[in-house]
Amino acid sequence: MTDIGWWGVPLAVLGGAIRVSTPFLLVSLGECITEKSGRINLGLEGILVMGAMSGYAVSYLSGNPWLGVLAAACAGLALGLLHGTLCNLPRVNDIAVGIGIMLFGTGLAFYFGKPYVQPQAPMLPSIPLGAWSDSPQIQAVLQIPPLLVIGVVLAFALDWAFRNTRWGLVVRMVGDSADAARAMGYPVNVVRTLCTGAGGLLAGIGGAFLSLYYPGSWSEGLSSGQGLMAVALVIFARWQPVHCVYAALLFGGAGAVGPALQSVGITSGYYLFSAAPYVLTLGIMIAASSPRRTLAGAPGELSIVR
Amino acid sequence: MDDALMRVATAQRSKAGQAAEIRVTGMTKHFGGFTALDDVSMTAAAGSFHALLGENGAGKSTLVKCLVGFYKPDAGQIEVDSREQRIASPHDSSALGIGMVYQHFTLVPSMTIAENLVMARSDVPRIINWRRERERLAEFMRAMPLKVPLDQPAARLAAGDKQKAEILKQLFLERRFLILDEPTSVLTPGEADQVLGLLKEMAGRKQVTVLMITHKFREVNAFCDEVTVLRRGRLAGAGRVAELDAARMAEMMVGERVIPAASGGARPATSPTAAPMLEISDLRVENESGVMAVNRLSVAVRPGEIVGLAGVAGNGQRELVEALLGQRRPVSGGIRVASRPYTAKRADIGLLRVSGLPEEPLRNACVAAMSVAENMALRNFDRAPLARSALVSRGPMLEQARSRIAAFNVKSRGAHAPIGTLSGGNVQRAVLARELSDPVLLLIAADPVFGLDFAAVAEIHDRILAARNAGTAVLLVSSDLDELLGLADRIAVIFEGRIVHETAIGSADIGVIGRALAGHAAQAA
Repeated sequence: MTDIGWWGVPLAVLGGAIRVSTPFLLVSLGECITEKSGRINLGLEGILVMGAMSGYAVSYLSGNPWLGVLAAACAGLALGLLHGTLCNLPRVNDIAVGIGIMLFGTGLAFYFGKPYVQPQAPMLPSIPLGAWSDSPQIQAVLQIPPLLVIGVVLAFALDWAFRNTRWGLVVRMVGDSADAARAMGYPVNVVRTLCTGAGGLLAGIGGAFLSLYYPGSWSEGLSSGQGLMAVALVIFARWQPVHCVYAALLFGGAGAVGPALQSVGITSGYYLFSAAPYVLTLGIMIAASSPRRTLAGAPGELSIVR
Repeated sequence: MDDALMRVATAQRSKAGQAAEIRVTGMTKHFGGFTALDDVSMTAAAGSFHALLGENGAGKSTLVKCLVGFYKPDAGQIEVDSREQRIASPHDSSALGIGMVYQHFTLVPSMTIAENLVMARSDVPRIINWRRERERLAEFMRAMPLKVPLDQPAARLAAGDKQKAEILKQLFLERRFLILDEPTSVLTPGEADQVLGLLKEMAGRKQVTVLMITHKFREVNAFCDEVTVLRRGRLAGAGRVAELDAARMAEMMVGERVIPAASGGARPATSPTAAPMLEISDLRVENESGVMAVNRLSVAVRPGEIVGLAGVAGNGQRELVEALLGQRRPVSGGIRVASRPYTAKRADIGLLRVSGLPEEPLRNACVAAMSVAENMALRNFDRAPLARSALVSRGPMLEQARSRIAAFNVKSRGAHAPIGTLSGGNVQRAVLARELSDPVLLLIAADPVFGLDFAAVAEIHDRILAARNAGTAVLLVSSDLDELLGLADRIAVIFEGRIVHETAIGSADIGVIGRALAGHAAQAA
């Protein structure tokens, strides 16, 4: 093993970003679609856990991890549509329903997931982009998960779609001025329900990544609030899909600072460094806030903005 | 789409760019027991610029909302190009080429103007080819003298640009009949001339017929060919603008009115030299879009008199009342109450005994979800006997509420009922009970009987007169001239944020007041 010394730190941070950011990215892209249509789905945390469990279980039972991803997507879609449909009812608050879905999803996952804590399911493969290098560190860092590639492509596709397709403009219209959308004859509730469903689908896939790639096992403490942080990440990304990619990589990289410093022998303050993503969230939120202006770029129909 | 529909659609498209004629006959619309429109007929000839004049509540908005399918008239016909049409929804009017520019904005705030324009079309393609759309937009904009930045989100535009964009949107949709609801209220005079000038030009080329709701005689004289005047839901007159002058139109709008000789029984002898209780000097207040809504306004109210502030809605009344009641901070100028500077803070209001009856009291003077008793205690809940140190005692609060409910005859399910569950008249009574139970030096009231039934109107007017007779100075703001003529001792007319006419009720001339309301100030009386 060659010694690369301090170079290990940025390399490890990069590796961490690549390894950890995928669920952040997928969940935040899903939430981005949902929020663009004017709803907030806090239930994504529960959908993430549910996706992780169902993905792991189906991968274990079928022997094919991609079938697991499909199952996770279906579970996410179902929970997303449930949230969307409940919120269509009069006098129903999307935040409250979201917390309900969060608890429902995690509870359901824990209940059905008990038998799958022990057995080892087949994992998702990775794309070894580091084969050109002799350095095992670089090889390890450049193991690109295919779901990350899909997420990045999706982000650019969404960004294009929100500007260049009727579908994208209708979603933005519904999210920004329901009255205008209704006046032009677009069905506001149907659009929002579908968008919440799509958000759930992506969050489910994000969950499958957790259990089938990294950390790559199913346990009850798997998500540790990543679904909720993805909601904050959408605000940080100002509801722009491509910014979600940068934000997800930043959060993933921040999470890897602690282990990276540990690998070069700095062990003091390890837990402090582990808190880096959370400190980063707070810091960014404070820096970006203003007492006078409303949040730039926020869809006008969001209940937190109105 | 079947053949017949296709033919209709093609026929409509071929008519685009050709002004439509609209004839309305015997239009009647009731809202419950209230008749908003009573047998109104009018014709807007193809290619004309037609003005629809009238006071607030004269039925102008009801008439045009029937035309665009927002309301369903109870009786009457609409003919477009001499063919009777049933317009049941905005879709129907849109298919006929009738479009309306509303007073509130209908643009999607976060979308750019280009996106707004393209999405307003009925045939948005699945994938939008922006290069082609931009070419079309650029070509369209070249023909327009109005310039609006196409790449700015609508939310970032100033009110004037938004209004221009709304008008551009309707023109982009190739409307043949365009209805404008007070289009220039948010434009500067220069911008207003530009917009109306363009429309007049297009009407002259018979590309579009324009029907404009307005209060401004200047615009009618400068741009319109024909005018229809409504008064209290009925047709009050119509004609060619060239043959009418502003005075004649004002007379049609205001009508013959009898000014009551004396109002409200025994009044205290107010000496005209008494020191004013309320003294506003050179007050300037901005509205939320940064326009100086109240602009160098000065007025004084003496103890024991009611000054009626008359004006067409939207001339700064709302901002003035908000500034007086502490909901808005003035930009400059002075407000003095009982010869002391007044900042409308809670301490000032309590010390100088100012009370207020703002418009929409449920929103502006109440907490809808709190009980009647709590709302009645909003002025004094933190003072003895209701409060002991930091604690509010429910007993005295309920006692106070019960006595006020009895004294002001508030009908509710009891003092514990949320005030939001009360009827409009009873909310008004409850607020009056809170504001007038203790002696008051100054009362600010804005449209205090708006939307109330006859009995409630009489009762609330009596309360205001009683306060005046007890020596309270009253500033009564109302867009209902009859109410002011019946109650006020002096009338002041507000136009574009300043007082343009002031007169004692004894020497009031309805013609002069009517012209002042429309901005034609005469230094008379």
